[in-house]
Amino acid sequence: MPDFKVFPLPDTAEGLVDAEILTWHIKPGDEVTVNQIIVEIETAKAAVELPCPWAGVVTELHAQPGETVNVGAPIVTIDVDPGGAAAPAATAPAPAAAAEQNGQAMLVGYGPKAATTKRRPRKAASAPAAATATVPVAPPPSNAAPSNATPSAAPPVAATPVVPDTPAELLALVPLAKPPVRKLAKELGVDLRSLVGTGEGGVITREDVQRASAPEPVSALAPGPVGSRERRVPVRGVRKMTAQAMVDSAFTAPHVTEFLTVDVTPMMEFRAKLRSHPEFRDVKVTPLTFAAKAVCLAVRRTPDVNAAWAGEEIVFKDYVHLGIAAATPRGLVVPKIRDADAMSLRELAVALEALTATARDGRTPPGDMVGGTFTITNVGVFGVDTGTPIINPGESAILALGAIRDMPWVVDGELAVRKVCQLALSFDHRVIDGQQGSQFLADVGALLADPAMAIAY
Amino acid sequence: MSSPEQWTHPEPGVGPAATAATPTAEQVIAGLRATSEGGPELVQLLTPEGERVPDSRWDPYVADITAEDLRGLYRDMVLTRRVDREANALQRQGQLGIWVPLLGQEAAQVGAGRALKPQDMVFPSYREHGVAWCRDVHPTELLGIFRGTDHGSWDPLAKRFHLYTIVIGNQVLNAAGYAMGQRFEGKVGDDDGEATMVFFGDGATSQGDVHEGFVWASVYDAPLVFFCQNNQWAISEPTERQSRLPLYQRARGYGFPGVRVDGNDVLASLAVSRWALDECRHGNGPVLIEAFTYRMDAHTTTDDPTRYRLADELEAWKLKDPIERVRVNLVRHENADHAFFDEVQAEADQLAAELREFCVNMPDPPKERMFAHVYEDGNPVLAAQRDAYLAYASGFEGGGH
Repeated sequence: MPDFKVFPLPDTAEGLVDAEILTWHIKPGDEVTVNQIIVEIETAKAAVELPCPWAGVVTELHAQPGETVNVGAPIVTIDVDPGGAAAPAATAPAPAAAAEQNGQAMLVGYGPKAATTKRRPRKAASAPAAATATVPVAPPPSNAAPSNATPSAAPPVAATPVVPDTPAELLALVPLAKPPVRKLAKELGVDLRSLVGTGEGGVITREDVQRASAPEPVSALAPGPVGSRERRVPVRGVRKMTAQAMVDSAFTAPHVTEFLTVDVTPMMEFRAKLRSHPEFRDVKVTPLTFAAKAVCLAVRRTPDVNAAWAGEEIVFKDYVHLGIAAATPRGLVVPKIRDADAMSLRELAVALEALTATARDGRTPPGDMVGGTFTITNVGVFGVDTGTPIINPGESAILALGAIRDMPWVVDGELAVRKVCQLALSFDHRVIDGQQGSQFLADVGALLADPAMAIAY
Repeated sequence: MSSPEQWTHPEPGVGPAATAATPTAEQVIAGLRATSEGGPELVQLLTPEGERVPDSRWDPYVADITAEDLRGLYRDMVLTRRVDREANALQRQGQLGIWVPLLGQEAAQVGAGRALKPQDMVFPSYREHGVAWCRDVHPTELLGIFRGTDHGSWDPLAKRFHLYTIVIGNQVLNAAGYAMGQRFEGKVGDDDGEATMVFFGDGATSQGDVHEGFVWASVYDAPLVFFCQNNQWAISEPTERQSRLPLYQRARGYGFPGVRVDGNDVLASLAVSRWALDECRHGNGPVLIEAFTYRMDAHTTTDDPTRYRLADELEAWKLKDPIERVRVNLVRHENADHAFFDEVQAEADQLAAELREFCVNMPDPPKERMFAHVYEDGNPVLAAQRDAYLAYASGFEGGGH
């Protein structure tokens, strides 16, 4: 009777998960011999010819040239006993079942792929684990006397039970990417499992990760089939923290946002002057530095913005731990400059430079990100005019610093081109009233509009 | 220097390196010259055309080789090759995790293996299937290593053949130590003396372990034959990336003799190995033998040699096939007839079938095996790990892997 055996795709190198069928050297109906080259496959490592494990007649090819097949999936069925005598019906399984049963116990590849199972089933919790632990894995076949056995007299080779589990599938779920790419993905918070690799053999490339981490372009596509055009990234890490903090803040602190547009031309002139000053020779003074200094000065006049709501009481702080919102490869982090109010402009500039460099490298220690009293977010670096920032939880106000642009501006009754910047201050109305908030924002604006005003503070 | 193509290139940016898939014409010519010619020092007793060439220095060492013996060597090589090809096919069929082909190196190994005396000790690398054959290690005993079920199932002391060593060159140190012991225990000095032979490849000569082995063996006059099979390729690296002079000449720097032998000539390999072992067992060791040969298949089944070497190189070496020249010689001198060749072929097929049968029926080792034989008296940490793993593994349905 016919005896069907299924040849599953083996792992021809160490740890391959799939291969592409290049060419078949056989077709159904052909007679094959042991070790006859039947198919050429291309793996991630090499083009490889596969020899046939049995002699017999080819029954079916399960994969076409060009098709990528998972390791362990059947590629060919061979009838190893086409002319054999009929066996008693009671012991003759249906051909399909026979194919299943006779799948050779694979060392690598783990037998034919089970239809839809994605992972090996775990036993029910009540299963007596201890009992199964002692069951021998595969008893040596009684006929394992190789010296006097010949291929023709060989018993079916499926002496060990076929295991229809598919660790190969599990392997396939582990995305293919090189270690530097994995590291990058980790830094950018990109889940490799959500990506489809465009590299050779589906390997995820650096570009794939970078594309995935870039903000998604707003597309005006008509609604239609989505599927592969959507991807789902689990919320974790910095993203999760940010989301939690923003929700906490937005739904507990009643936010008020005020705006102020300022002519910062004098500040920019002062900045140019400082650049040639020997003391500032080696530091970078940016608009953010001035904003930080202005906030520290203005807080003295309006301590409310540096206070915190603590349920039954309001905590006023005699120090300013200034948080600077920084966009990093890992996401938004807000490292703090401790006691910023005690610092000179130069010290602030140095601290800011160090802090942003550390944040950009992703090396900001967790201790540097807590205990702030006030936050500045420099949305201007993205070319944005302004925004309505959400207060960092535990603080009462946040200042957004917009982009500095050349704008028409009325100076002494005449139109002039000036450096103009927009400021936005969001504050917690439980702590700060409109008067204090407006006062503070006006003070910061005045200091940026004319740094000389600092003398008055 | 970030591109792999440049890693082995002496001057980055000048052009494709030796490992590049598209070598320059100069590199092709240099490569062919380096791999197809053994140079004037090459010891050869049987030409690729099967001609026996007289050699006054080496002939005495094979003077006793009769036609019967030559047929034996032929049989050894054919069976070794058949085992190698069958195991390679078994890997391609999913029965072995990996296989290390020796195709093309049969003469070097059989020549050396048949030169050994029963009392000699052998330290192989992982490609010495031919030497294993000569040491009566049945090919089925090699399979567990490559199926990942054991580390070799023969008794290394009984067979005088150490277990395969996967770490490149490491066995040279083991062998040096063993040979020093032979010397310290007074087992050298006469015709019945002991010697040790260690096998390694051209790539291993760049390892520190091999250098150390050379130094120790040399300064203690250890009875050690360093048998280097220069198969031209250390995976994808050509010998020109291992050495600026022929490898056998390195011995001079350590103070012992080195000989380059045609590794595809089983008679020459036998003669030189016999001489070297004799030198060693009489206390004149160590000796370096460079068997100039060619790996005709991949480094392992995981490797794809077409990515780093050209097909015409392989074609050139096919003309120097180690088995073919013996066959031609036997036929020309009417020392073997058709019946003999058919018989050997049938025997090879039988052996291959036996190997296949054994391999596909190999039982999976029990799960706790990997925790066994680590400590003589057990270890509580390891026992806890074993119990945790067994509990975890038993949580899956179906058993097996």
